[in-house]
Amino acid sequence: MKALWRSLKQSKTGMIGLAIVLVVVVCAIFAYQLAPCDPLQQDLMNKLHDPAWTATGTQEHLLGTDQLGRDVLSRLLVGARITLLVALAGTVVGGVVGVVLGCLAGYYGGWVDAVLMRLVDIQLCFPFTLLALFIAAVLGGSLGNVILIAGITSWVRYARLVRGEILSIKESEYIEAIRAEGGSDARIIFRHILPNVISSVIVIATLEMAKIVLMEASLSFLGYGVPVTIPTWGRMLSEARANMVSNPWQCILPGLCITLTVLGVNLLGDWLRDYLDPKLDV
Amino acid sequence: MAKYLAKRLAQSLIAILGITVVVFVILHLTGDPVELMVSPTTSREQMDILRQEMGFNDPLPQQYLRFLKGAVVGDFGTSYYYNEPAMRVVMERVPATLELAVAALAIAVVLGIPAGVLSAVKRNSLSDGVIRVLALLGQCLPAFWLGIMLIMAFSVNLGWLSTGGNSEGWRSLIMPAFTLGLFSAATICRLLRSNMIEVLGKEYIDVARAKGLRGSVVVMKHAFKNAFSSILTMLGMQFASLLGGSVITETVFAWPGIGRLVIQSIQSSDFAVVECIVFLLAVVFVVINFVVDVLYSVINPRVRLQ
Repeated sequence: MKALWRSLKQSKTGMIGLAIVLVVVVCAIFAYQLAPCDPLQQDLMNKLHDPAWTATGTQEHLLGTDQLGRDVLSRLLVGARITLLVALAGTVVGGVVGVVLGCLAGYYGGWVDAVLMRLVDIQLCFPFTLLALFIAAVLGGSLGNVILIAGITSWVRYARLVRGEILSIKESEYIEAIRAEGGSDARIIFRHILPNVISSVIVIATLEMAKIVLMEASLSFLGYGVPVTIPTWGRMLSEARANMVSNPWQCILPGLCITLTVLGVNLLGDWLRDYLDPKLDV
Repeated sequence: MAKYLAKRLAQSLIAILGITVVVFVILHLTGDPVELMVSPTTSREQMDILRQEMGFNDPLPQQYLRFLKGAVVGDFGTSYYYNEPAMRVVMERVPATLELAVAALAIAVVLGIPAGVLSAVKRNSLSDGVIRVLALLGQCLPAFWLGIMLIMAFSVNLGWLSTGGNSEGWRSLIMPAFTLGLFSAATICRLLRSNMIEVLGKEYIDVARAKGLRGSVVVMKHAFKNAFSSILTMLGMQFASLLGGSVITETVFAWPGIGRLVIQSIQSSDFAVVECIVFLLAVVFVVINFVVDVLYSVINPRVRLQ
């Protein structure tokens, strides 16, 4: 743990990434405590205010109000919650499914491997955005479905990675020795093989998380994300488009939040890769 | 080589077959297609008759085979919205998307390759730092936000370019192509940089330098040629993903291609068109991958043996 922290302190970009991610996490956890207003409270008398630092801004709404008079700062804070929730849950779903299937394919080989790898091939044929959109349109928009889509679109990279690593480890002598001792398959996989691949899995998970943040925002932007009653950055941006000439800040702010979050996660992921697994090809 | 070709061809065919199964299954999760086609006042009996006529009461495997037969000849049924064969509706929009994707790939190559080479050759310099930051940003900017920001800057404030559509030639093409191509440019740049750095550290580069060859010759003829072969695979994938990734860019810029069509068709539950687009894009992806793999195996014969 100390070595990890020392390496992070030496990496400027890693520290920037960590700082950004920490800010997003704190905003997400304490969103309702930090938010000055109710993010759903409409106030049509005070709609489309610019942020406080502009000539037309008011101190009441630090980042202004949207087309229904809702407080932008409060909506951005609650939006961070959704972004983080989808990113974490989606990464866990994709990671668990990918690692389990990758283990099965790599360890047992044969038809299990053939079928799973063909599934991987098929999935890789679908353009990412289109697949997400297609499933979202069919399943309908709900928080659970968006998480499911994040999982479905991201399991492939874990599966390929874990399978490859297992193929190279499973014939090694120490695994043979454990097998000769009568070690069960489950014990070999969970106690001896998985710890060897876990660092690569963590690196992939971080980089996939950044992609999931972008995917969730894209789906929300296109109107197929979580339900309208939940504020998300993507939807805020989409709703603000109509007023981009008169109220450009409404467009600028949510986009900035998305970009910074993705940047933070990516910077952290790049550092983690350099630290844990420099040879990993991602 | 023949054996390798046959194996890759078989894999591609299996993938295409798999795609038809996935598209068929997902579409059957959408519910009763007859309900989408009729008006709310249609009686239950009339709907039953229609369902029987259109074969929706048949066993699923039979329905799948019918779907497969149609897909092979490009028959995906009739678009409820346009009242024309879905394939024709889609084909009318293909040229616009192709134009956008080709322009985006050109921008990605023109920006990404020189930046990647420069960044590797001038490693740890100021220009390397700037390029790396820009490349990272290029991978983090959501396309829809970048598009809106460009419209705000160049159309609304400066008035130089049109806000959307494709009626003004290159003036309407440049912003969507840049928006779509930036992510690929960043990806190409980052991959090429790391490949070039690896190649530049090899002994044969030292030998070339020791022979007294000029720096530019060493970089371009010896290092770049080797580093580029691995980029080739990615270029194929990038082009395919540009075709699919155009959904968002086309929506932002009101570009009349298949990306925008797919969104409109999903909104109007016109699933014949959706299924046609998803299937076509997936097949194009498989074909591009196949061609790239074959090309790659010609450049690098070791691949065939793996």
